[in-house]
Amino acid sequence: MQPKTILVLALCGIWVAGCATRPSDSEAERAAARMLKTSFKSRGQATIDRLNQDEVQALCSKYKGEPPEDVRQKIEKSQQAALRYPVSGKMMGDWREGQRIAQSGAGRQFTDDPARPAGGSCYNCHQLAPQELSFGTIGPSLYQFGKLRGSSEAIQKYAYGKIYNSEAFSACSNMPRLGHNGVLTEEQITHLVALLLDPDSPVNK
Amino acid sequence: MRIHRVLAGVLTAMLPCFAPAQQDTLKEIERYRQLLQDGNPAELYEARGEELWKRGRGPKNASLERCDLGLGPGVVKGAYVRLPRYFADTDRVQDLESRLVTCMVTLQGFTTEEAKRNPFSGTGVPMLTTDPFSGVGQRSVMTDLVAWIASESRGMKIAPSMSHPKERLAYQAGENLFYYRAGPYDFGCVTCHGEEGKRIRLQNLPRMANAKDAQRAFGTWPGYRVSEGELRSMQWRMWECVRQMRFPELEFASDASIALITYLAKKAEGGTLDAPAIKR
Repeated sequence: MQPKTILVLALCGIWVAGCATRPSDSEAERAAARMLKTSFKSRGQATIDRLNQDEVQALCSKYKGEPPEDVRQKIEKSQQAALRYPVSGKMMGDWREGQRIAQSGAGRQFTDDPARPAGGSCYNCHQLAPQELSFGTIGPSLYQFGKLRGSSEAIQKYAYGKIYNSEAFSACSNMPRLGHNGVLTEEQITHLVALLLDPDSPVNK
Repeated sequence: MRIHRVLAGVLTAMLPCFAPAQQDTLKEIERYRQLLQDGNPAELYEARGEELWKRGRGPKNASLERCDLGLGPGVVKGAYVRLPRYFADTDRVQDLESRLVTCMVTLQGFTTEEAKRNPFSGTGVPMLTTDPFSGVGQRSVMTDLVAWIASESRGMKIAPSMSHPKERLAYQAGENLFYYRAGPYDFGCVTCHGEEGKRIRLQNLPRMANAKDAQRAFGTWPGYRVSEGELRSMQWRMWECVRQMRFPELEFASDASIALITYLAKKAEGGTLDAPAIKR
């Protein structure tokens, strides 16, 4: 066996052991865990390892999206620590690019071309530019986001961070951790920040 | 700059228009949905499904007329609204589609693999034309059968069985899976179906913990999807949601799919089956 294979097997072992020994494991949880192993198959970029949860996903699942206060704080603290801002310090890109990224709901499905950049799926859940009437409501309306808050450095940093990792600000948020999980690039996020904050962006008209 | 300012002025002046425009859009969509109710192509699928039920097929050239969907061999009327349920012969909880796989294997002599092949009819949207489950204009025996069998429960109350321990376990495991978040988007079923009155774009989302929402959602599958020109089953609904959750592929008739359907059926208990419905 190659060292790499041994390492992978060892890690799998730890993962399985970790699940099996969780004290709160009920019969139903064990049944669900078994089903996760037997009912899915890798397809294209959507490989089976996507079903392995990180700590945030595991905790949010366990508490059905409503963690107790101490868990909520723990999640937000760990995710705050994992925030990464652009090294250049530049957080505002081009709002026109941001508009295109916000419109696109493509990315990471096994039917998507992995070579093409993902979109932000923003309009799926948020109102942004008022000209776009087809917007979702899972997230709050972001219309006039910048007009109401200005575009100071602090606001830029907040907007960037929120898009990068929503869990750092609101544990078990429905919003994907678009930067943290590698869905959007640093540059793409700066364009979305501009869409939200640039005074010329239709969002702020 | 001046153009921007003019534009800004125009847009500001138009602002009061946007909210009514939004309402008009929603109203138009509702009107479109009502217009759709006039003629439902699902009837064609139902007719083919009934014929397929009675026709000899497979290595044994047998029909499915002795297939036990839970109410005894050959009883179709009212069977769909009582599923999923536990079956002693397979020692499994099964939904309609996995049960049909069993009958195709035991009665008609197909292999399990053959019985599961091409479970979804399709134009390939949004599936790929290379998808083993679909093809351009490709019909699906499974989908046709599902359409007819569901139609034989139309107007009846949704009443899945919860008397067997394995049925209760499937329900609980399904609930667990419903809240399971994973993948690059941190999604779970609950992301879209956890709150009341939400939408993706303009599509309304049922909150599955709400009986009324669950009854309407569960009670209208299978359904003819106008946007895809195809009839879609409950298994397809699970498969498609899971794809959009950025998960790996949910296997047709798998235990996870059945557990999720069991969970939803129980949530929809007491609702009226209005399927095969016609959908956007």
